[in-house]
Amino acid sequence: MNGDEACAEAALSAGSRFFAGYPITPATEIAERMAERMPDVGGTYIQMEDELASMNAVLGAAWGGAKAMTATSGPGFSLMMENLGLGLITETPCVVVDVQRGGPSTGLPTLVGQGDMMQARWGSHGPYEIIALCPTSPQEMFDLTIEAFNLSEKYRTPVLLMADESVGHMAERVVIPPVESLELYPRRKPTVPPDQYRPFEGDDAGVPAMACAGEGYHLHVTGLTHDERGYPVTTDPAVQERLVHRLIEKIRANRADIIRVESRWLDDAEVIVVAYGISARVALLPIEMARAQGIQVGWLKLVTVWPFPEDLIRQLARRVQAFVVPEINYGQIALEVERCAAGRARTILVPHAGGDIHDPRVVLEAIRQAVEGQGDGVTG
Amino acid sequence: METNGRLTAVNESVAEPQHPMDRFLRQDRLPHIWCSGCGLGTALNCFLGALIKSKLDPDKVAVVSGIGCSGRVAGYVNMDSFHTTHGRAIPFATGLKLANPALKVVVFSGDGDLIAIGGNHFIHAARRNMDLTVICVNNFIYGMTGGQLAPTTPTAARTSTSPAGNRDHPFNLAYLAAASGAAYVARWTTLHVRRLERALTEALLKPGFSFVEIISPCPTLYGRLNKQKSGLEQMQYYKDRSVIQHGADPRQADIALNGQIVVGKFVDLDKPSYLELQKG
Repeated sequence: MNGDEACAEAALSAGSRFFAGYPITPATEIAERMAERMPDVGGTYIQMEDELASMNAVLGAAWGGAKAMTATSGPGFSLMMENLGLGLITETPCVVVDVQRGGPSTGLPTLVGQGDMMQARWGSHGPYEIIALCPTSPQEMFDLTIEAFNLSEKYRTPVLLMADESVGHMAERVVIPPVESLELYPRRKPTVPPDQYRPFEGDDAGVPAMACAGEGYHLHVTGLTHDERGYPVTTDPAVQERLVHRLIEKIRANRADIIRVESRWLDDAEVIVVAYGISARVALLPIEMARAQGIQVGWLKLVTVWPFPEDLIRQLARRVQAFVVPEINYGQIALEVERCAAGRARTILVPHAGGDIHDPRVVLEAIRQAVEGQGDGVTG
Repeated sequence: METNGRLTAVNESVAEPQHPMDRFLRQDRLPHIWCSGCGLGTALNCFLGALIKSKLDPDKVAVVSGIGCSGRVAGYVNMDSFHTTHGRAIPFATGLKLANPALKVVVFSGDGDLIAIGGNHFIHAARRNMDLTVICVNNFIYGMTGGQLAPTTPTAARTSTSPAGNRDHPFNLAYLAAASGAAYVARWTTLHVRRLERALTEALLKPGFSFVEIISPCPTLYGRLNKQKSGLEQMQYYKDRSVIQHGADPRQADIALNGQIVVGKFVDLDKPSYLELQKG
């Protein structure tokens, strides 16, 4: 099956029983699969009037007790930014899939891009932290969708699956394990009576338990800055500080638990290729070619892109000459790598405007230059 | 001391009997933010009265609102309540209802929120005959932001962004709801409290998309700018110019500046609701 279909199957395996979406290439197959499969499992598929509505319906469904998901691509992702923010401030668990295509604007509907990575990080207004995962294969579309649901429940927050057209449309063998064998993180419910329950008071990890509508808790949930009861407090910067600080720290303080990377050949590496999504997969060939030529180059695949693995890049920067970052945009994650390398190692962007994956020879050439001490900077 | 004790006892006995609506309000959130003469208190009171009459279990009722003066209703009701983003109450409510169909989900909204920024969601929820009750408090103006033009502002009416008078056509909300497919459409003013409460009761019990428009005074902004300086004057206007016409064609129910206000129950159809259609 293709990556989009694997994503839909994973959502069902994770126990998702609500999907709201709007047709958009190259994510439509996720909606189509959901439309076909949801009735089998007694869930709800609804095609909304736009992506603003899809995102809101997902938030509403989460508060109605469902594990909920939506899927889109760049233009729809832009529309979802408004209510992604609502999901963040109301600490609503849900999964948002962006199968990235070429942009800006309508761009290249059927062809690949990775240009939404910074939008994923900063696209909604205000200060926040977000969790975003990047699959590199249909199997990872499955596995990381499960993980996205688990992280969303564990940290009571929207989680982004930042896929791309290549991975979404690529068809490969996908192993779907029996549901019983999956580790699924359940929604953590309050254990105190309604008069003692504080829906926005964090536990030791900064994450509140979540009651849902109809359970007798008489919740109040607002997009305004609120206190631990959920009541709006819009004139006290101390309440704003308390809320925003907790929302940010519940991610930052748990980075070690959230962040996952994969790597090869780091031990002897003088240069490391840092990549994610389809570009991480594409990078393997030029790395193998370079190593065959005796070049000591390593491979670091970012499974979790947000929160960014800052500490790891900082450590690696102390012992390598350079990072090479191929991504299908003009420099987004490369900026993060450069920031964390902080001048200790050079950062070489291998940009691509979109519409295709990198030519392995271009990446190989960048690796060669990196070893020879040429090339520096992300913005040229 | 004895006298004081007796006085205290008297005070307690005075304080004891609760208003029948008290249990539906978050006492720790009061006083509310609404202006003197605003119709929102009346609208909320009628809604709570309807809720009692409907005999719905308040634990299974959720109120969803967007942004604006009306949006604050969600913050005052002692039920599951959601104060979402501007214009987005309906899609949020849609997700909530579909995830837990045992809930009665009510959208409490204002005209700008529901029909300008949220207009697309409104017509599509009505088209689907989504199982929601949508209440729109229509005061013809943006109150929260200080009196700007709304999509309901009558032509020629003054607002802070139409200082020479509105040169734009307004929406007729009842017609819009009916044309979009709502199963139930009624319009009353905050003067018609008993009729309004009855309409809200019917709306709460109606399967599918039920819509009640509540014409409401905003003396602070709309009234002040349009020669109806007090809430009382606006209520007097409703008394003088309202015409009750049950079953009236909503197309004929436009609201013009200083014109008549046709009120009543316009639509009450038996048609499959969204959830009924899903059963196949």
